[in-house]
Amino acid sequence: MGRYVIRRLLWTVLVVLVVTLLTFVVFYVMPPGNPSVRFAGKQPTPELIAQVEKQLGLDRSLPEQYAHFLRRLFLGDGTECPLVYRPLCSIESVENFVVLDTGGCATGVSGCGWPGLGMSFDSRTAVRQELIERTPRTLSLIFGAAVIWLVVGVSIGVISALKRRTIWDRLAMGFALFGISAPVFWLGLVALWIFTVKLPFSDSLGTGYVEFGNDPVGWFTHLILPWTVLALLYAAFYARMTRGNLIDTMGEDYIRTARAKGLPERRVIFKHGLRASLTPIVTMFGLDVALLVGGAVITETVFNIQGLGNYAVQSAVSADLPAMTGVVVIVAFAVAFMNLVVDIVYAYLDPRVRYS
Amino acid sequence: MATVAPEIHEAGPPAEPETDVVGLSPRQLFWARFKQDKAAVAGLVIIIVLIVLALAAPLIAKLVGHGPNDLFQREMTDSFGVPKGPNADFWFGADQAGRDVFVRAIYGARTSLIVGLVATGIAVFFGTIVGILAGYFGGKIDTAISRTIDVVLSMPILLFAIGIVAACGTTGCLNGLIEPGLTLVIFVIALFSWPYIARIVRGNTLSIREKEFIEASRSLGAGNTRIMFREVLPNLVAPIVVYSTLLIPTNILFEAALSFLGLGVPQRTPSWGGMLSDATQYFRFAWWLMFFPGIFLILTTLSFNLLGDGLRDALDPRSNR
Repeated sequence: MGRYVIRRLLWTVLVVLVVTLLTFVVFYVMPPGNPSVRFAGKQPTPELIAQVEKQLGLDRSLPEQYAHFLRRLFLGDGTECPLVYRPLCSIESVENFVVLDTGGCATGVSGCGWPGLGMSFDSRTAVRQELIERTPRTLSLIFGAAVIWLVVGVSIGVISALKRRTIWDRLAMGFALFGISAPVFWLGLVALWIFTVKLPFSDSLGTGYVEFGNDPVGWFTHLILPWTVLALLYAAFYARMTRGNLIDTMGEDYIRTARAKGLPERRVIFKHGLRASLTPIVTMFGLDVALLVGGAVITETVFNIQGLGNYAVQSAVSADLPAMTGVVVIVAFAVAFMNLVVDIVYAYLDPRVRYS
Repeated sequence: MATVAPEIHEAGPPAEPETDVVGLSPRQLFWARFKQDKAAVAGLVIIIVLIVLALAAPLIAKLVGHGPNDLFQREMTDSFGVPKGPNADFWFGADQAGRDVFVRAIYGARTSLIVGLVATGIAVFFGTIVGILAGYFGGKIDTAISRTIDVVLSMPILLFAIGIVAACGTTGCLNGLIEPGLTLVIFVIALFSWPYIARIVRGNTLSIREKEFIEASRSLGAGNTRIMFREVLPNLVAPIVVYSTLLIPTNILFEAALSFLGLGVPQRTPSWGGMLSDATQYFRFAWWLMFFPGIFLILTTLSFNLLGDGLRDALDPRSNR
């Protein structure tokens, strides 16, 4: 078990490293053009561009930039923070044709620390700060949706598998097929149209995000539509998967044994059948939740929730590389973390994992 | 299987019950089973209709008299710029620029089908080769490929896709190899969908390579390449067909999502995702903007999913679902 955990941890670190490398290549190496030009004001001179390049660290070789990126990411950017931000304050002034070294600029900078994610090209504030503000919104969205899809999806799957080839099964699988075929953004628009235009809920069920601390009821009513819409797709997948797995499991020999020794059917289904057929679902659930940290892009866009996915899209459109990279790195961390959690849950659910 | 028997019996000449039992080829068996599945047949029919509509799009535009990018602002938007709904001339109404939603929806089928089919085709091609290599050779090759697949599948695919499209969307990438527009979208979708096929092909190859006929072929002196592509590959056709059919709707939705976010095909090219993106601002008072493209999109993905499920049931009689 100890060796297994160490192997898993090493693999996790490797995955995070690979994803950061890919992120770096995709977002820093692939795009043509020089991002420094945008910072050099309306009439960039070569000297100014060179100066900006130096300040953004873009004058160094690519491996050096990557090493710097990694060091900042894993060790934090606490020490270099003031050094990075102060020169840029003066550059901002260059855009207004007033070249000033406003030394006091750096004092107002917040958001340095661990993990160091650099500074947004667009807002010229720390990406970390922006991510900290947006994360609770995205987590609220994922949390509610995950509860709904897990409960709804697995229940539908179990009912469908146990009442195979009945009208209930047909209805459930029809719903699941619709769920996996329907685009989230369309469902979102339709839901908004029905509930806020056609039905008189427009005041209570709105778009946007309300802080839980300020108004728990508003938090709930503003999230109930996004939760449902986001959960529908996943509920459909989970229903199909639960049904298939449970049907396979219920055909196993040990189920026959359990029945033969006289266990009540309820116990056979839930203790022996469902437990074994849930293990692949746990794997999927962990990965799905982690990927949604940055991947609820569409739901966030439709329902105007200023979360992480929404930030990623805005940053992509304006080629704000550090912001985009920040979101991707956070998702990579989330995936790595959830994979570890899944492995632990797995060992609990499936005794074979513990003993091998 | 039991449900198929009467169908086959009826197909035979009823006047001569004494005739020898004629064996059915696998293809006939497959077709007999597939025909039973009404939903799958319906899916196939809808897909064929959609393909015909997509091919005939310019013809339909000519018959209607509105091109996909013709502006009818005077006729179809009021003085506030609000589009008008369906009428005899504009069956699906018009959008905020006064363009015919019906004609654009038909043209949208072109975009969706081209992206869905071509991207899936590329993904299946590479996924199959990579999957066979991993499953057939095993060992280090398998480890390397399987780990790569694991990493790709645990990446935030949509974010990377958005990033690549944004990065390459203006002037292209990799020295002009990837051009902005449709090519870029297809490239990005294929890049992130081959692992699904590779994983399935690898799994199937693992079990096929242990079969006796592979050993027989090897003892006759066949080389690795020959065994992989002449012996193993034909046995992979069924799973590949099923999973490619199921990958098509996923990829169609992928394109629609990118276009919805404004990072898919260029704005002028009609696409269902792009039309729904336009609808976000107007759907409160112009329901047709979101209704029709959405119906087309869901009908398309639903049909491919129905067809894929039907193919799986017909090609794999062992599964008793």
